[in-house]
This record gives sequence, C-alpha cells and structure tokens, in this order.
Amino acid sequence: MTNLQKYENAFIETLGIEQNQTTNLEYQAIPEWDSIGHMSLITALEDVFDIMMDTDDIIDFSSFEKGKELLKKYDVQI
Amino acid sequence: MFNEILQLSPFSLSKSEKELLLTRRLSELTNHHIKNCPEYASILSGIGFDIAECGSYYDLPFLPVSLFKELDLKSITQEEIFKVMTSSGTTGQAVSKIYLDKTTANNQQKALAKIVSEFTGSSRMPMLIIDSPSVIKNRTMFSARGAGILGFSIFGADKAYALNDDMEIDLPAIEAFFEKHSGKRILLFGFTFMVWSHFYKELLKIKHRFDLHNGILIHGGGWKKLVGESVSKSEFKSKLTDICGLNDIHDYYGMVEQTGCIYMECEHGHLHASIFSDVITRRHIDFSPCEFGEPGIVQVVSVLPESYPGHSLLTEDEGVILGEDDCPCGRKGKYFQINGRLKMAEIRGCSDTYAVNR
Repeated sequence: MTNLQKYENAFIETLGIEQNQTTNLEYQAIPEWDSIGHMSLITALEDVFDIMMDTDDIIDFSSFEKGKELLKKYDVQI
Repeated sequence: MFNEILQLSPFSLSKSEKELLLTRRLSELTNHHIKNCPEYASILSGIGFDIAECGSYYDLPFLPVSLFKELDLKSITQEEIFKVMTSSGTTGQAVSKIYLDKTTANNQQKALAKIVSEFTGSSRMPMLIIDSPSVIKNRTMFSARGAGILGFSIFGADKAYALNDDMEIDLPAIEAFFEKHSGKRILLFGFTFMVWSHFYKELLKIKHRFDLHNGILIHGGGWKKLVGESVSKSEFKSKLTDICGLNDIHDYYGMVEQTGCIYMECEHGHLHASIFSDVITRRHIDFSPCEFGEPGIVQVVSVLPESYPGHSLLTEDEGVILGEDDCPCGRKGKYFQINGRLKMAEIRGCSDTYAVNR
C-alpha cells in the first residue's frame, strides 16, 4: 500500500466516509470529523505511520491537504 | 484579533499590557454580541449600558452565569450551531446550554492547548482518564465532563479509561496500561471527586501498589463534594503521593460557559489567569472590585466566546485574588484561589453532578 492509500484509509476508516469524500475535506466540514473524530484520526495516522505528532500539529491539522504537509515533518511523504 | 492573542505566550503579559489587550478584545466582543444576540442587546439597553463610557474591561457588564439556564443565548444562526455543551446540572436542576460554532469550538481547543502546554510541555503522554468511556457517547451534545475529557485528550498519545461504564475501577485495564508504558511520564486526568472516590479509594483497597512518581495528574470540577468528606486540598495531594508516588498534581478551575479558558494551579498552589481570560472579584454589596486578599464573588472574562455572549460572566463562586504578576512560579497575570460556592448557589460542579446522582 502506498502512503497515500494508508493516509486515505485512515480517513475512510476512522471517519466512516467514502474515498471520494476525502479530497479537499476540511476539519469540521462533516459531522464525523469533529473533535472526537479528529483524535481517532490522529491515533490511526500515528499507528499506521508509527509516529507521534506534537500537540500544535494536531491543532493545525485542519484539512486533508494540510495533513499531508504536516506529516512531512515526521518524514512521511504522501 | 483572537489570532494575535494566540501568538503570545499565555502567561507573558504584565498587568498594563494585559489590561489593554483585554479591554480591546472584550469591547469588540461586547459590540459583536449586541449586534448578533437580541436578548443580550435588550439586557444591555435595559441597564442603560453605553460602551463609550467604558475605559477598561472592568467597566463592561457581566451576565450572571445562571442566565444560560434560563435563556438560549447565542450570537449565531440555528444553521451555524456546531455543538451544544451543557453544564453539569443534575436531575431537577436546569442546565446551561452553550452554543458553539466552528470558530469558537476551535478557539477553545487552541487556548486550552496553549495553557496546558505551559504545565505539561508540548510533547504528548500516555493518558489515563479517570472516568468512564460513556461520558462522551453523544457527540453533538456533551456535558462539561465530556468536554473536559475531550479537550484534554489532545495531550494524550495512547488513551485508556480507568473506570468502566458502571463507574467501577477497571484494574486489569489500568495494570495493562501502566505495564505498556512503564518508565514513561504518564498523564492522568479526571474530575476531582472521581479521582478521589473512584481511583484513590479503590487503590487503597487493593494490595498492589502502582508507581506513578513520574506521572502528572490534572484534575478539576469542584471540591464541594469532597468538602463533605472533609478532604482538604493538601490532604488530597499527600494521600495520592502516599499511595502511588504521584506528586505532580494540578487542580484547575473552569466552567463550561467559558470552556477553553481554564485556570491551572501552579507549583505553588495558586490558580493562574492566562492572557485568554481574567478573574475579577467583586463585593456582594455593590459589585465594586475587591482588593487583593479580599474575598468576593468571582467574575470571569474570556476572549474566546464569539458564538454566545459569555465573554463576561458573574459566577456563583467566591474567591480571592492573591496577587498579580509576582507569583514565585514566574507566570504573569493574576493568581487566586477559589473558596467555594456562594451560599444559596446550586450544586453544579462537574464532579458534583455525579455525586448528586448517586
């Protein structure tokens, strides 16, 4: 599985959404991606990429696209 | 303007700088709510309030916190409501309803993270929540307890709950959690009453001793129910240290009506106001501000509330401002203590809810 697929899967599985919903998806844009969904998503991403994100980055993680950029800090290229 | 404040370190401003900042932001919020909340506008015009006469945020009006139980106060449209938070009123008591839009909900999380990081550091820790997972079952409407747990979850890397759905201690889960994270700094979070009754007292009963000398406990939600058990603050701490070595313990003061702006207890046992909020103590007779050292009714102001007119509230608590900018811990801003509920006020601390329901 590519990193992009892993990344997308984390969204699909934790937020219970379809693949076509992920592009341009923003935090709080759908009921599933609220603060509870957000923490589940972060946990899933941390597990799949074996990283530990900083508090600031969790807060800055405001969209599907923004997350890709933030993960570069943890040497995860998507 | 909130984003400007967010760039600052939360305990970095001295009195005059902070007063300027708060006066600017809280006046802006007052005008915002006059424009967007008809009930708020009519209350303010009813008392003949004129913002032009306000030289400082001390002069801005404050709403009694109980008003959020009686009225649906919001400065957003029905469609913009993202979350509704409720206070922890118990059966027979009315609950406050706080309406959040995305912006205010986000700002609450950001402010909380900034404040708490000053005490925990920014790296996340394994987190043991001294509560039951059922607290956050309904995700669109949650109680003060749920909101607290959720807000603090951002500091947890791997999370576990210490209690099961029946509020009984889940020893196997706790043991497994401590074993998995042995040697690491662990964050424990819970409401004061829960920590005492469902964690400390249960640990007393078992033979096995956990070693949490490397842990940090953050707890809040009120002491009222523990006063009944005559547990003082210092006893609470020393007993926890005795039983599991835990000695980094911080109480916090906060309320659902101003979620995000919590007042953390420092190493010297003082509650601290960050740049996101402030406390003013007022005299019962004429609501004039008290001197430092003089007990009074606690007013809280917060720069966060945009979706509801809760930026300046008169609480039902009595407190004392101990000083400003000169706490030995080095944090700037006011530091204070809460003496307890005013007489006649309802029981409504987060951890008290559960107590009354028993």
